[in-house]
Amino acid sequence: MSAVKRPEGSKSAPAFYNNPNVRAVFYQLLLVATLGYLVFLIIANTLANMEARGIKTGFDFLTTTAGFDILMSLIPYDATDTYLRTFFVGLLNTILVSAVGIVLATMVGFIMGVAHFSKNWLVTRLAVAYVETFRNIPLLLQIFFWYFAVLAALPSARNSMSLGEAVFLNVRGLYLPAPVEEAGATVFYIAVAVAIAAIIWLHRYAKKRQDDEGVQLPVWRLSLGILIALPALASVIGGAPFSFEYPELRGFNFRGGITVIPELMALALALTVYTGAFIAEAVRAGIQAVPHGQTEAARSIGLKESKIMKLIIVPQAMRVIVPLLNSEYQSLVKNSTLATAIGYPDLFTVFVGTSLNQTGQAIEIVFMTLAVYFAVNMTISLCMNLFNRRVSLVERK
Amino acid sequence: MKKLASILTATLALGISTTATAGTLEDVKKRGTLSCGVSTGLAGFSQKDEKGQWSGMDVDVCRAVAAAVLGDASKVSYKPLTAKERFTALQSGEVDVLSRNTTWTHTRDTSLGLNFAGVNYYDGQGFMVSKKIGVKSALELNGAAVCIQAGTTTELNLADYFRANDMEYTAVTFDTSDQTRAGFESGRCDVLTSDQSQLYAIRIGLKNPSDAVVLPEVISKEPLGPVVRQGDDAWFNIVKWSLAALIEAEYLGVTSANAEQMAKSGSPEQQRLLGTTGDSGEKMGLSKDWAKNIVMQVGNYGEIFERNVGMSSPLQIARGLNAQWNKGGILYSNPIR
Ligand SMILES: N[C@@H](CCC(=O)N[C@@H](CS)C(=O)NCC(=O)O)C(=O)O
Repeated sequence: MSAVKRPEGSKSAPAFYNNPNVRAVFYQLLLVATLGYLVFLIIANTLANMEARGIKTGFDFLTTTAGFDILMSLIPYDATDTYLRTFFVGLLNTILVSAVGIVLATMVGFIMGVAHFSKNWLVTRLAVAYVETFRNIPLLLQIFFWYFAVLAALPSARNSMSLGEAVFLNVRGLYLPAPVEEAGATVFYIAVAVAIAAIIWLHRYAKKRQDDEGVQLPVWRLSLGILIALPALASVIGGAPFSFEYPELRGFNFRGGITVIPELMALALALTVYTGAFIAEAVRAGIQAVPHGQTEAARSIGLKESKIMKLIIVPQAMRVIVPLLNSEYQSLVKNSTLATAIGYPDLFTVFVGTSLNQTGQAIEIVFMTLAVYFAVNMTISLCMNLFNRRVSLVERK
Repeated sequence: MKKLASILTATLALGISTTATAGTLEDVKKRGTLSCGVSTGLAGFSQKDEKGQWSGMDVDVCRAVAAAVLGDASKVSYKPLTAKERFTALQSGEVDVLSRNTTWTHTRDTSLGLNFAGVNYYDGQGFMVSKKIGVKSALELNGAAVCIQAGTTTELNLADYFRANDMEYTAVTFDTSDQTRAGFESGRCDVLTSDQSQLYAIRIGLKNPSDAVVLPEVISKEPLGPVVRQGDDAWFNIVKWSLAALIEAEYLGVTSANAEQMAKSGSPEQQRLLGTTGDSGEKMGLSKDWAKNIVMQVGNYGEIFERNVGMSSPLQIARGLNAQWNKGGILYSNPIR
């Protein structure tokens, strides 16, 4: 690609194929086309190979009956449903455990990360010990620990631990009473909606008051009051919104109520504790990145210590923390595939495990699954980037 | 994720390698060892002892093929595979033979690009329960939690059986038989279901075998046998006839102890099997004494059965269906001639 020498003194514009921009686009297109062709070749070659080896291909299997049962499903499912449905059952279970893990790990991580800066020696040591222990033990081992050592040691169904004959815990899981809608439910839901709307309004109003007049309203206490009072009032007027269906021991197992299977508990616990340790480190790093001068400045204008953390340090620390959180969340989603080691029916266990094995359609199933994890992680990344834009430094114009 | 990666590479390998299917015989001869897929550990079928030695019914099929092809039954490299990994491992060429209590079904035979080379154990699915729950029949299991292994025919039969009998159950699925057993022992489930032979194998691995009973019902047919890739007929023949030679040797009364002598002075059928006469080996690209190597080094089917799962083993399984056809069973080898 030697640069084309323009004849001395020539004023005319270079030919379009000598235009660096045109060239750049051309080479990009060439690259994309080559890559596309390569991918096409691989796919075509794979299909031809599989055909030659008598391996079935295509997506027809998705509409055939799966014929196996799944331990836990958020949507109705039984063995007469299709493989496509097993995909959704697994997907929802993956989303469930990831969501639970992300929320809990964030809470644990923030508490432990902030605890690191506590003035209390014991609390600081505890925070350090937590991070050092759980960050350094392989996740799979932690999952096995919770599942085979802790939860498997719980008593049998007949000797369950119970809380007021309503909540039961045994080796088969945690059994909770399930709410059943009663006559007052509609009024109750409306009250909750109104309460939420009122709270949002209250926050706006409080901000305006503070901006305009410098008055601080006890927003949090008021919000909590509204959230309790309105639905409570609704229950008095409209009658009880719910009754409860209690789990009871019938035959081999508890039936009725809500069951939280031990596989879910073990996996969620392990993901929380493991990822929480990394998040704690991210939070610590974020806080340390805020110059000490900020704290001193805050003190000098008379802010209380508790407010300094909340109003000055954490918002600035978020700029460092959020990008780190993004990658922790994505790891958590990917790590949730370790579910297969204890049989929690996530997408990987159900679809890449059983469905793949029963149909033998490895390529289709693996690619569908890859696409899902890719999409889920892209979504997380997108949300975190939006969030990051909000917390990042807003430069004055 | 690691598993996903390995499945993915296996899948990609399927795409990239062209016609690696043909020529397994040459590959094995060149390599000098047979790569054989077995279970991750199942007493009597494929298990590893403290010294790292594999033994069992399924392992002996691997050894028989190695004896036939390489003249040495010990030249096998074993690849432990879970139920979920096994077919991908065979399809992608990671193993030459899969000999891991695998049920011969229509779907597997017709859509996975595999061929079943025969049956080395006729089995059926059964249930094992803890004695404590006092159940005498599988029909009393309504509402039970059942431990099973993922990616097996067991999962499918179980769903059929409970539906047919209008019973409910919870399926608790694990990856390996060790985990399944641990789930059963911890009380996560009331019942463990699997092929009946495997129930006995799992039972002797329990901390307290006498606490568990195997229920009388057999709810399915599970013909277990070795599997090879489709598209390499020469190799398919070798595995098929190695298994047949084991069965035929028992039928003809040839044992590891008397094979040498029978080769010299046996009946015409015995001498043909042992390669003294005929050219059964050459026709498959093997040596003349392929079957003699099998019997001398591995034994005949009856010896294998007794040693691994029979009355002289801890499993104490009766021959039942797995006796020769003229002894009340259904083992029947096609004539080697
Ligand atoms: N024969 C059935 C089931 C075979 C099977 O995997 N059984 C379990 C028994 S729990 C086993 O052998 N596990 C041993 C292992 O995972 O290595 C099939 O082919 O699908």
